Amino acid sequence: MSLTISEKILAAHSSQESVSPGELIEADLDFVLGNDITAPLAIKAFKESGAVRVFDAERISLIPDHFIPNKDIQSATQAKIMREFAIEQKLVHYYEVGRAGIEHALLPEAGLVLPGDLIIGADSHTCTYGALGAFSCGVGSTDLAAAMITGQLWFKVPPSIKLIFSGTRKPFIRGKDLILYTIGQIGVDGARYRAIEFAGPVIESLPMDDRFTMANMAVEAGAKAGIIAPDARTEAYVKLRAKRKYAFYQSDSDAQYEQLHSWDISDLEPQVACPHSPGNVRSVNELRNIKIDQVVIGSCTNGRLDDMRLAAKILKNRKVARNVRLIVIPATREVYRECLKEGHIKIFMDAEAVVSTPTCGPCLGGYMGILAEGERAISTTNRNFVGRMGHPKSEVYLSSPAVAAASAVLGRIAHPEEILT
Amino acid sequence: MKFRGKVWKFGDDVNTDAIIPARYLNTSDPQELAAHCMEDADPEFFQNVDAGDFIVAGKNFGCGSSREHAPISIKHAQIAAVIAGSFARIFYRNAFNMGLAILECPSAAAELETGEELEVDLVKGTIFNRSKKRSYQAEPIPDFMQKLLKAGGLIPYVQQKIKQEAEDA
Repeated sequence: MSLTISEKILAAHSSQESVSPGELIEADLDFVLGNDITAPLAIKAFKESGAVRVFDAERISLIPDHFIPNKDIQSATQAKIMREFAIEQKLVHYYEVGRAGIEHALLPEAGLVLPGDLIIGADSHTCTYGALGAFSCGVGSTDLAAAMITGQLWFKVPPSIKLIFSGTRKPFIRGKDLILYTIGQIGVDGARYRAIEFAGPVIESLPMDDRFTMANMAVEAGAKAGIIAPDARTEAYVKLRAKRKYAFYQSDSDAQYEQLHSWDISDLEPQVACPHSPGNVRSVNELRNIKIDQVVIGSCTNGRLDDMRLAAKILKNRKVARNVRLIVIPATREVYRECLKEGHIKIFMDAEAVVSTPTCGPCLGGYMGILAEGERAISTTNRNFVGRMGHPKSEVYLSSPAVAAASAVLGRIAHPEEILT
Repeated sequence: MKFRGKVWKFGDDVNTDAIIPARYLNTSDPQELAAHCMEDADPEFFQNVDAGDFIVAGKNFGCGSSREHAPISIKHAQIAAVIAGSFARIFYRNAFNMGLAILECPSAAAELETGEELEVDLVKGTIFNRSKKRSYQAEPIPDFMQKLLKAGGLIPYVQQKIKQEAEDA
């Protein structure tokens, strides 16, 4: 029987030799997570169900990252519900403010989610860990409650779609451009209920941080999971971090795919998703006259060290355009520390950007950079729906950190080449 | 499980930020979430909707964030069911877990208009447009999902099951 990586992981976690698309399985979970928005509802469901203890206090992480440090009394109340539950259940991987970071950057960095794992999280961007060769997907709070109680969840085995990227990346073409291009090609429901497998020489050449960006936005094409075959880069990333054993799965050469797309990206220019859909994607060159009020560099999509390095390279010895606000948010404390060490924080401050401690904040219009009516932002985040970053009549464009940093300097959407040749 | 009410029509790819904007996610109070249901798509939705009405939309309803606040907000706005061409994966699962009825029916989703009167039988999956005298057949709701809906969601269902097992023992 020939299987994809996804099918192999799902089979291994349901004690079967093989599984096929459409099959319903009950599977054992390696790791489970929730945050300050989704965990309180899950905790309510946990208590209502009559459960007393979680299945394993070392396999659950609760991370305050969306509205922290708490932005108001209500969000403080939500965070408190989560904190008290973590203390009561003696959860080992609860991260208090000051030790926390954005969940999908923090957990891989901490070596808590690993290749070959089956992971669920009450956050749609849980698919990020597919970059490690794990099968990882977002669920709602009630499913999180069930998972915290039993350590298991039912899954419908998804068909897989293979996307093969070949050619040579132009300068400044990063994981973000590739995933925006993908969503532009297949649409926001192009992979609905499917597992996407990203493959080909371009993916093999991508650093881990770019791979996380790609897997992170698989959900923006409707996917259940976005997965990349683990290789030497994966090994180098996890071997120093892993807190337990992990396994590398590879798809069989004759595995079955529902769809197969092959793209040569040699001519690809930086990609930008225009309002109000991550699928409304165009080349940056078509958008160069669009003025902006705010730039956000950060999030679970693009708040990692390589993202910060790229932004710093463009901002070095330059200033943010007059009347433009640049908000830079390193996704974790480790990223923040490295930025300090490598001098990026100084570059950001000299450029007159705001640098924040880790938070999801502006990505979802929570706080730390809300847009007023009629304002426009370019952001390295993952969604640009109506009202996503503030007023329903504001606009968000999505791009890579390079395009966002160049745009901050020029005060309009810009190609990084306009700054660095 | 038969319902009668009016159609409130929306387009394709209605995302969970449109259903309940993140600025209201600092609470999980169902009534407060209901008061802001569909606010960024139609600011007067909650004021105008009547108990038992239907949301009708195109493909990929509920895409985006995994927030369960979205089906909670719709359910507590007293919407009888959401009828759409298709549903996003996480929303589909969350809706049943919350006890919100959803029906997949591309032909009804394409033809129904705001204000039309519907009669819907959730068990049979039949949708009758009383205004235009037209019938549609949705994918019937699987048995297990019907049990969830009857119980009011996954947690009440599990509680009932535990209680039943205790009584039987």
